[in-house]
Amino acid sequence: MKRGRKNSENKNSSLEEIGEESKKQKIADEESTKISESPDWGNLLPDIILQVFQYLPLLDRAHASQVCRRWNQVFHMPDLWRCFEFELNQPATSYLRATHPELIKQIIKRHSNHLQYVSFKVDSSKESAEAACDILSQLVNCSLKTLGLISTARPSFMDLPKSHFISALTVVFVNSKSLSSLKIDDTPVDDPSLKVLVANNSDTLKLLKMSSCPHVSPAGILCVADQCHGLRELALNYYLLSDELLIALSSEKHVRLEHLRIDVVSENPGQTHFHTIQKSSWDAFIKHSPKVNLVMYFFLYEEEFDPFFRYETPVTHLYFGRSVSKDVLGRVGMTCPRLVELVVCANGLRPLDEELIRIAERCKNLSAIGLGECEVSCSAFVEFVKMCGGRLSQLSIMEEVLIPDQKYSLEQIHWEVSKHLGRVWFPDMMPTW
Amino acid sequence: MSTMLHRTIHLFRKGLRLHDNPTLLAALESSEVVYPVYILDRKFLMSAMHIGTLRWHFLLQSLEDLHRSLTKLGSCLLVIQGEYESVLRDHVEKWNITQVTLDAEIEPFYKEMEQTIQALGGEMGFDVLSSMGHTLYDIRRILDKNGGTPPLTYKRFLHILSVLGDPNAPVRNLTAEDFQRCKPPSALGLVEGYQVPRPEDLGIPQQSQSPWRGGESEGLQRLEQHLKNQSKNHSLPPVSLQGQLLWREFFYTVASATPNFTKMVGNPICLQINWYQNAEGLHKWRMAQTGFPWIDAIMTQLHREGWIHHLARHAVACFLTRGDLWISWEEGMKVFEEMLLDADYSINAGNWMWLSASAFFHQYTRIFCPVRFGKRTDPEGQYIRKYLPVLTNFPSKYIYEPWTAPEEAQKQAGCIIDRTLRPRKTKDPSSHRRNGVELRTESTAPKSQANTLTTKPRLLNFGSPWSHSDPHSTCQGPQPKAVSRLHASVGRGM
Repeated sequence: MKRGRKNSENKNSSLEEIGEESKKQKIADEESTKISESPDWGNLLPDIILQVFQYLPLLDRAHASQVCRRWNQVFHMPDLWRCFEFELNQPATSYLRATHPELIKQIIKRHSNHLQYVSFKVDSSKESAEAACDILSQLVNCSLKTLGLISTARPSFMDLPKSHFISALTVVFVNSKSLSSLKIDDTPVDDPSLKVLVANNSDTLKLLKMSSCPHVSPAGILCVADQCHGLRELALNYYLLSDELLIALSSEKHVRLEHLRIDVVSENPGQTHFHTIQKSSWDAFIKHSPKVNLVMYFFLYEEEFDPFFRYETPVTHLYFGRSVSKDVLGRVGMTCPRLVELVVCANGLRPLDEELIRIAERCKNLSAIGLGECEVSCSAFVEFVKMCGGRLSQLSIMEEVLIPDQKYSLEQIHWEVSKHLGRVWFPDMMPTW
Repeated sequence: MSTMLHRTIHLFRKGLRLHDNPTLLAALESSEVVYPVYILDRKFLMSAMHIGTLRWHFLLQSLEDLHRSLTKLGSCLLVIQGEYESVLRDHVEKWNITQVTLDAEIEPFYKEMEQTIQALGGEMGFDVLSSMGHTLYDIRRILDKNGGTPPLTYKRFLHILSVLGDPNAPVRNLTAEDFQRCKPPSALGLVEGYQVPRPEDLGIPQQSQSPWRGGESEGLQRLEQHLKNQSKNHSLPPVSLQGQLLWREFFYTVASATPNFTKMVGNPICLQINWYQNAEGLHKWRMAQTGFPWIDAIMTQLHREGWIHHLARHAVACFLTRGDLWISWEEGMKVFEEMLLDADYSINAGNWMWLSASAFFHQYTRIFCPVRFGKRTDPEGQYIRKYLPVLTNFPSKYIYEPWTAPEEAQKQAGCIIDRTLRPRKTKDPSSHRRNGVELRTESTAPKSQANTLTTKPRLLNFGSPWSHSDPHSTCQGPQPKAVSRLHASVGRGM
């Protein structure tokens, strides 16, 4: 009997067993269907069922696949397996559910050559990172376009022995040959593996995110820039940035860069030395890619900003994650004419009046600003908004930032600012607990 | 034809007060006898919430106060211990009860209790009257005006309220005459089984170091004092009273319409985040042993007194969750619930979600530094010296980061810092990315309309440029319907 055969093929596959059950039911139903003339859902054109299935989340799709053989066939059509996100969580360390191991097995067995856009989300445990590597090493028939390794809690991939990780990753690098987007932040990827990436995917690579990859050196990333001329988006840590890199990204053969994200991070004050980039390198960079978004995240201690904002810097999106001094913000106003967004998480106790006014004056493209633990007098703030006017589409100021003075109280300021912005505006309020 | 007057049990639950009590007033106006009852159902209370020693003291003090106030008006409070359903059954029969009155509440466990009582009423033949007495507005009206869902931003919430108009005025004060008409059999209050128990009767440690006493009288007195002192806002709760009440209303509204409000999993407005399971870290935080004096002083005050300033709550909540320890906000919420005298289902959970950046987002997350934040408000560290006496003589320069003090200074201050225990932030070096923009784009967001908005950070647009060229954003397949639903909700929810 068919049923018996299916059972011996896939002992663990209860999906198939249930499929058989519903098939039997369906045969019985079909008799009655002919009598009652209800629509024949089982015989819809596969393309239509496919369309509908594309709207369903995976679990619903899996349930639908058990209804009848036709629907089951559609469930396994390649189109539905182009994108997949593997969620790898250990019950002991995570509150969240994981992709079922049986499903993972099925995917590797039946659909690995359909996969094109794949991501792995791992929790804080080493086991999850290992599981991800395990799957990666089996993707031999895959022609991936996108690969994302996402650490949702902490850099679990860094717990793995480097060689183990690298060999799994290079399986994909070597076999895909058409990687376009690669997110490998917080992983132990190194220079040699980047060489393998480049050797196989230099024509197709467009996006590379590799912040906090401590085993990569400036030479390693330079190799990528030199060979991957289609690279449009890049994210890395500041220590990897070099004059050579900027020049390589600006060579004639290279396409225009669209996004460059740089994380400037210091764990312990005074421990990291930050090198300087030549102004000429930035100039060449902007000349080649005049519309590029240059995104800089600063997580430094106040005394570590010396090398920065000493000359014109083409940054567009600037984020200060820790405390930044009044002095540095003053320099930002002087040196960042391309500035579009500015977020200051914390400053000192003295008001930032002059610095803000200067930024309004000199950063003519500024359209978004956020201020956290700072102080600004209400008058200066109104002046700032007046000068920027309607170009400020995002104005996110914590209520405590604004200091009332003789001219304006907190109640009045919301009217004044709304007036100059041309829309209703309130400061951000933290709930009173 | 005169309407029949009821024989009523008025059930005090959360609202232990006489002032502005519409339900109690309705009871008195519709009855020939009213039994003011508080059912002390320990089993129910402990299954519904965590209650520490200080909170028990506060509760018993509040009951004592209520009893005194009722006695002054010629009545009394009857405290009956036991499971509420069987207590009600017994007393409905014993006293021939035809009506039970109680305040409407929004917490699921109280709602369930009310349903049980309704069912009991159907079975035993008594009416149940419940009216709104715990919020300024009828929450259902707020939900209605917002299209059936709770407003998820404070601005939107204020807008809805402005449409609804002013809240109702307080109902009239109760008088001795009201109670005289409805007197239960005299001397009932003196029956032993109906008295307010003492802590030792409940097996609770007798001592409470908290300077705050429970009860309506205390509360009204402090309110009077606060209104008199309005100009002096130095050490009192900082924001205007009106603001505090409205925030409370905001959280009550969201909580009332959100399933699993006090949990992450199954909570439609809460980001699903892979918090660490870290029992040791949680224990250290709870026991004021993190090694950051600012945090430890706050947690010490919390243990000892049951109240901490709202900025202090922000600091320790941030520290536990996305600031340093990366532990789930649910754990912090449980600790606060146990120790805070003013712990409240909606406000506690709501604030924890807010502070851990799990819900109600601003444009970007704000992190409180455990060293810098306290320094700004109290540069001399007076607060730390008060609650961590071991650091009393420590120089102000180092008191927020004592491990940075040179050995000489430590010796002089009489407090040597064990450098091996120096607090190390358990966050990893790249955690800044998990705290900022990436947190919202890369955590698994539930499919509710509110959260899909916040997965695209609006201020920091660097999230979206990636998705233009990144097929990850189309990972789920074409979903045009989902997108248009999203745009529709932008207009409504915000």
